[in-house]
Amino acid sequence: MLVNLSGLKNVGLEHFLIVGAILFSLGIYAVVTRKNAIMVLMGIELILNSANINFIAFSKYSTADLSGHLAAIFVIILAAAEAAIAIAIVLNIYRNFLTVNIDEIDNLKR
Amino acid sequence: MQILGIGILTWIVFLPIVAMVFVLFVPKGREIWIKWISVVATGIQVILAVVLLLNYRYDLAGVNTLEGFQFVEKYRWIDVSGVAWFGRIVIEYFLGVDGLSMPMVVLTALISFIGAIASWELPKTKGYYALYLLLDTGMMGVFVALDFFLFYIFWEVMLLPMYFLIGIWGGPRREYAAIKFFIYTLLGSVLMLLVMIGLYFSTSIIDPVTGEKVHTFNMLAMMDPKNYEPGSIFSGLHTTWRYIAYIALFIGFAIKVPIVPFHTWLPDAHVEAPTPISVILAGVLLKMGTYGMLRISFPIFPDGMIKYALPMAILGFINIVYGALAAMAQEDFKKLIAYSSISHMGYVVLGMAALNTQGVTGAIMQMFNHGTITAMLFLIVGVLYDRAHTRGLYEFGGLANQMPKYFGIVIIAFFAALGLPGLSGFISEAFVFLGAFQTYKWIAIFSATGVIITAGYILWTTQRLFFGQLPEKWKNLPDINARELVTLVPLAIIVIFLGVYPSPLINLMNTSVNHLVRFVSEMGQAGMQLGILP
Amino acid sequence: MNQNTLVLLASISLLLPFLGFVLLIFFGKKRLPRQGDIIETGFVLGSLVLSFIVFFNKILYFPEPIEWKFEWVNFGFVENWGEMKVTLGILIDNLSATMLVVVNVISSLVHIFSIGYMKDDVRYSRYFAYLGFFTFSMLGIVLTNNFFTMYVFWELVGVSSYLLIGHWYEKKSASDAAKKAFIVNRVGDFGFFVGIMIIWASLKTFNFGEVFAGIEQGKLSGGLLTAAGILVFCGAIGKSAQFPLHVWLPDAMEGPTPVSALIHAATMVAAGVYLTARTYAMMSADALTFIAYIGAVTAFIAATIAITQTDIKRVLAYSTISQLGYMTMSLGSGAYVAGFFHLVTHAAFKAGLFLGSGSVIHAMHHALHKIHDHHTDPQDIRNMGGLKKKMPITYYTFLIYTLAISGIPLTSGFLSKDSILAGAFAFGKLSGHVVIPLIGFFVAGLTAFYMFRLLILTFHGEPKRKDIFEHIHESPKVMVFPLVILAVLSLWFIFGPNPFDASTTWVEKYIHKPKSVVPHDQQFEFNLPKESVLVTEYEHALHEAHIPAMLLSLGMAGLGILFAFLTYQWGKISAEKVANALKPVYTFLKNKWYFDELYQNTFVLATLGISRFARWFDLKVIDGIVDGSAHLTKLWSFSVGKFDWNIIDGLVNLLAYITGFFGYITRLLQNGKVQTYIIYVVFAVIVLFYIFLG
Repeated sequence: MLVNLSGLKNVGLEHFLIVGAILFSLGIYAVVTRKNAIMVLMGIELILNSANINFIAFSKYSTADLSGHLAAIFVIILAAAEAAIAIAIVLNIYRNFLTVNIDEIDNLKR
Repeated sequence: MQILGIGILTWIVFLPIVAMVFVLFVPKGREIWIKWISVVATGIQVILAVVLLLNYRYDLAGVNTLEGFQFVEKYRWIDVSGVAWFGRIVIEYFLGVDGLSMPMVVLTALISFIGAIASWELPKTKGYYALYLLLDTGMMGVFVALDFFLFYIFWEVMLLPMYFLIGIWGGPRREYAAIKFFIYTLLGSVLMLLVMIGLYFSTSIIDPVTGEKVHTFNMLAMMDPKNYEPGSIFSGLHTTWRYIAYIALFIGFAIKVPIVPFHTWLPDAHVEAPTPISVILAGVLLKMGTYGMLRISFPIFPDGMIKYALPMAILGFINIVYGALAAMAQEDFKKLIAYSSISHMGYVVLGMAALNTQGVTGAIMQMFNHGTITAMLFLIVGVLYDRAHTRGLYEFGGLANQMPKYFGIVIIAFFAALGLPGLSGFISEAFVFLGAFQTYKWIAIFSATGVIITAGYILWTTQRLFFGQLPEKWKNLPDINARELVTLVPLAIIVIFLGVYPSPLINLMNTSVNHLVRFVSEMGQAGMQLGILP
Repeated sequence: MNQNTLVLLASISLLLPFLGFVLLIFFGKKRLPRQGDIIETGFVLGSLVLSFIVFFNKILYFPEPIEWKFEWVNFGFVENWGEMKVTLGILIDNLSATMLVVVNVISSLVHIFSIGYMKDDVRYSRYFAYLGFFTFSMLGIVLTNNFFTMYVFWELVGVSSYLLIGHWYEKKSASDAAKKAFIVNRVGDFGFFVGIMIIWASLKTFNFGEVFAGIEQGKLSGGLLTAAGILVFCGAIGKSAQFPLHVWLPDAMEGPTPVSALIHAATMVAAGVYLTARTYAMMSADALTFIAYIGAVTAFIAATIAITQTDIKRVLAYSTISQLGYMTMSLGSGAYVAGFFHLVTHAAFKAGLFLGSGSVIHAMHHALHKIHDHHTDPQDIRNMGGLKKKMPITYYTFLIYTLAISGIPLTSGFLSKDSILAGAFAFGKLSGHVVIPLIGFFVAGLTAFYMFRLLILTFHGEPKRKDIFEHIHESPKVMVFPLVILAVLSLWFIFGPNPFDASTTWVEKYIHKPKSVVPHDQQFEFNLPKESVLVTEYEHALHEAHIPAMLLSLGMAGLGILFAFLTYQWGKISAEKVANALKPVYTFLKNKWYFDELYQNTFVLATLGISRFARWFDLKVIDGIVDGSAHLTKLWSFSVGKFDWNIIDGLVNLLAYITGFFGYITRLLQNGKVQTYIIYVVFAVIVLFYIFLG
């Protein structure tokens, strides 16, 4: 795939890292503030993907090694598996509690 | 003298315990066995006492000489060698009798026997008789123990069953009375214990087995100033510590006597206790106080005795007059008798304080005679109470016609109590006064007024109970029955016999009394010059 | 017959009545025939026969006293004392032999009289048993040779007196009187006992002879000897109802009348006089003066009271006290033989007076019973009068006794009273205590007056209650017989041939004043023998006083009798007017000088008050302290408990609370929300970044 990247000449590693950091912060924000379990999960996805961006970016701007990509792919796979399990858990929670508000699901605390 | 290889004194002391074990194993529903076992055991005790009397040698004095004691049993009981700084502890099982204790042994056996018969109708038989027999052992032990530690143990052994006997089988205020009795006596015991420990650390004798010097609880050793370690707390004569010890011991025994003002446990305990226990209390227990003085206080602290003889005589006088006056004001028959006991024990105190032959003889005789007379009086109260279920003196009248036999017995007991010549009470009172008069003229004279007051309350009581018209409600009161007569008649016979011919009793104690009087007055007056180790 | 036989007979005579007592008390009511009265009376009669044998043998064949001793108790050798023992025994001298006969005679006659008088009594057998016991005890007093047994029997007669006064104990007054008698006697006995204590402590023996010997050796002298004498005499004050302990005797009349005759007139009350006579040798001059004054005061007080009394037995009781005072006064004033002589004669006529009054009361009682009157007092002389016609024997014997007690010639009373007055006369003259003879003569007149008043009101004149009078009968023979015997015994010839001279009587012949053992400086000067003359000054004066005393006493008695007749027989003087004129005096005498009230309000109430105080003191103060200390202990233990609970446990709890507080604080961080934790983490990471990188 040949893409002209010359227009991106001014784009450096920092920019990727900044995007990743923004993404990470948004993810954290989502995880911390959302009451809905699904939204928390989505926050986690964001965090994972911010990590992926970092992996790829570092891989691109460092030695020609694919280990960064490899890690990103692992993360994607894990995220997929995680999402599957987590959504199943959330579904079950919903069935049992008729809610997915994580503040209300505090049985262990009691 | 031994029976089955065991000394006769051990038999007489521990026979009730053996009987108690039997009593405890009697199956339920056989209460009659318990009664018979107890009566037979105490009966054997009387027989043993008679055997002792028959084999008693009248020429031996005892008091402070081992050779003077009879039927002696002396064994190592506790022997712990080397407990750190405490040193070697030797406690002996040391029994023996002399003229001071012999009358008391006979009295104890007799009163216990009569008390056992008088207890026939009481409920909760097994517990009662078990405790009763234990009490018997304690009393007998006190009178034959010659080791202070052993004496103290018997002293305490008797306390516990007494507490339960009053507290369980007593009248409406039994708990109060039992606790009062217990705490009072315990207070005395503590004082005695302190003195005993002080004496233990002050005296030491050569151990015949090992040859080393050991502390001892042996009373006879404590009576000899040579055995006191120099510099120890009670060494010497006429020292402050010895006076303090004498007073402490005196109070300890005075509570038991009881000497005014330590006497208020007595009316409560006597009134609340069941009849036979009142009999034991008045008949035997009170004598333990005066006996303790004669056996322990006087010979061990002759200096204190001499120094405080006058206050003691005054206390005796107060006891006589105060007790009689308080008795006069009572409206409860039993309480009146209880106060008369206080008054009569005053004669004992006065006689002992006189510290001469007639006085001390009179005192010991009074101990014996009061034991029999007051036992009769309490049995008499019991007879009436069992029938009428009240003891209010003002509720009766005219019983002389209703219960003639009872009246006859009561007249003997009452007149004995008011010191009528021909009955035993008079002899002892007369000798007490004759003795006291030689030492303390005015106290003896003032005390003799107690005789008038005694006549007053006794006759007033007779009048209120027996004379006048019989109230309608007592028209069916039955006369005294055979079992009650069995308890009363022997005592009445003794009272009359000793009133006419007191010599047997006097001869029994005479040698010892003379020896005691001489020993105490010489020791007390000679003071430091006596051969005390430097 | 030797001495030992005599002692043996005396002992049997002593023990026979006691044997009767034992038999009757155990078997009397049910087992013995006639409830045993015959047995007891027989025993006493046997005792009487023996006492006569002893008496005649003693005074005829044995001039010296016979003594038998045995060792009773032995204390062995005692320091500062020597061989300490008490020996008891029997002493038969002329004094005790005479007294033995007197007691037995009166006792036998009273026994016989009682068979009639006490017939149908509820406690007939008991009554005779007590009579036997009394006789035994009284004979014990008579025969004893020492102070100790004297005291023993002294108290025993007190008890028998107590039992007999209270014989009808259903009556409150009877049981009160019995109690009073015993307690008042005890007061006297208290003094007696103190006296014995002095004697024992200083002389180390109780035996009369040894005591006197010891005093003679000077072992007891001075104030202590006088004190001992007076204290021993205190026993006599109680027993012989002397002032101030005389109050029990009138009340003792609650007992059956024969008992009053035997115990409270003839024998027991005379025991005090006997005791004084026994111990006479040890009485110092001061003690004797004390005794004389006590006797005189008693005689006077009792005589004045007797005038106003209306109960026949009470008049006699006060006359007894008065006569006993006479005897005591006589002993005190040195007329030893006269005093004892009067005891003997008085025993007969006073027993007779009482038995005679018993006969009257018996008749009155039956008459009242017949007319179903249960309210009238059969002993009140105001209900009697004119009984002479119905009861002649009782009357004439009563007249003889009255003459005897008034001291009219041809009676025994004249002989003895005359001697007493002569003795008092001599004593007053020599010692200067003139009050004593004055009282003596005045009382002689009073005695004649009140005795004739009694006689006249009872037997003379018109019957005051006709209804009763009709049913009055002479008493049965068994009761009249003793009256006659006693009347005979009240005549002069029993004692001596000459009715006007006491010195010819056998009493004066065989009874002698014992030689005083008191140191000379403690004796009356006039009692000491002088070297030059054979008789002492006192004996001389006594001899001289004989005739004047006799005339004066006759005059006084005649005057008394005259006034009695004037007042009560002929009605020349109105008793009521005199009483009204002397209202305060009359009331004072009628109320017996208020002695009972005085004692009741002082001694009795005080003793009761103190005893109540003692009880209160015990209950509130001593028990208050005891219970208070128990409460204090409880309070203390409660506060210890509180301290434990609040302070010590509080500290521990505070520590736990603080820990808990911190735990609570920290727990707030751990709220279990993952999101919070993540915030912490992020925050921490940022901080860490800042620290490590910044």
